[in-house]
Amino acid sequence: MAAEEGKVDPMKQFTIEPLFGSDWQLADGINIAFTNSALWMAVTAVLVTLFVAGGMRRQLVPGRWQMAVETMTGFIDDLLEANIGKAGRKYVPYIFTLFMFILFGNLLGLVPVGLIPGVHAFTFTSHFTVTGVLAIMSFSIVLIVGFVKHGFHFFSLFVPKDTPFLMAVFIAPIELVSFMVRPFSLALRLFVAMMAGHVLLKVLASFVIAGGGAGPALGALVGVPSFILMVAISALEILVAGIQAYVFALLTSLYINDAENLH
Amino acid sequence: MPQIAQIADTLSGQVFWLLVFFGLTFAFVGLGMVPKIMGTVDLRDQQIAGDLAAAQAARDAADSEEEAWRKRENANRASSQAVIAEAKANAAAASAAKLAEAQGRLDTQLAEAEAGIAAARSSALAEIEGVAADAARDIVARVAGAEVELAAAQAAVKEVMAHG
Repeated sequence: MAAEEGKVDPMKQFTIEPLFGSDWQLADGINIAFTNSALWMAVTAVLVTLFVAGGMRRQLVPGRWQMAVETMTGFIDDLLEANIGKAGRKYVPYIFTLFMFILFGNLLGLVPVGLIPGVHAFTFTSHFTVTGVLAIMSFSIVLIVGFVKHGFHFFSLFVPKDTPFLMAVFIAPIELVSFMVRPFSLALRLFVAMMAGHVLLKVLASFVIAGGGAGPALGALVGVPSFILMVAISALEILVAGIQAYVFALLTSLYINDAENLH
Repeated sequence: MPQIAQIADTLSGQVFWLLVFFGLTFAFVGLGMVPKIMGTVDLRDQQIAGDLAAAQAARDAADSEEEAWRKRENANRASSQAVIAEAKANAAAASAAKLAEAQGRLDTQLAEAEAGIAAARSSALAEIEGVAADAARDIVARVAGAEVELAAAQAAVKEVMAHG
């Protein structure tokens, strides 16, 4: 009986559900229904805006909030300066938005709003449709900057410096493939990391519920260790949320560096 | 896996709303706020650098000021030492002169006093001679009943006194 109640589908949390009717049509056949995913994107956008707006007081001696926001912009600024150089400054708005959007999206998915009845947390970064769009945006910037700045010379990116011609014949296709794989690796890394963590938490949660439902002995044997593990993995997931946002921003800046400086 | 199972239904919506909200965030936060925040940071960095430079300049100025003050102070000290030495010499000379003057005054006083004493002694001696002569005449008159001339008595006294 208890096991029946404790049945947890670890994949259900990724289900997209329309919130206000399911047939908003942008054009014929293009459905843009406002879903729970869109809602959490909206929440993320609002929170990022509020967070940064709180740092807009522009005081000479910053308060705590202003300090926090300036630390974030300084962090991205330093990242771009280290990877691209002085030319990296013009990418700060994009990389900063990307980093904050992913970071807040990741962290919001970990907030236990499920404690409020009827509210379900949703991590939009655990959908490759979302991470894919973000990756394609970053990759498009790389392509546009590369071709605008270097023209067809941008293709020399595929031939490492001082490569003998015979080697270049073989290396260039490999470099091309590794270049083309970038948006996929970028998108999949974030999507997989976020999904895996959430699935793991849900699986452990089902252990806690099933163990607790199966009596005190099994509850102590299975439920309690699973719960302790959940607490630890939740902490790990907060770390992963930050790391994955950082990795996304870092790799994007590295790819932009290729376009900006070639070799 | 809902990500794959629902992709046909949700792809357009996911892409659309992500572009909307990411685009809004990029426009308001990335393009609107971030440059201002970085401008504030740059402004602050410049101000700090300026303040540090001003502090360094003030410190250098204070150092050179102190150096000049030290030189002036040394010169002042030397000149005041000279003034003190001169005053010492003057005072020594003045006291020597005063001592010499006092010595001279004392010497004359001593000489005067000695002269006074000598005069007093000689007058006293003369008086004693007179008294002795009178006494000798009286003694002669009483003992011998003879009247001796004053001049003779005086001569006799003088002779006795001269022999001691």
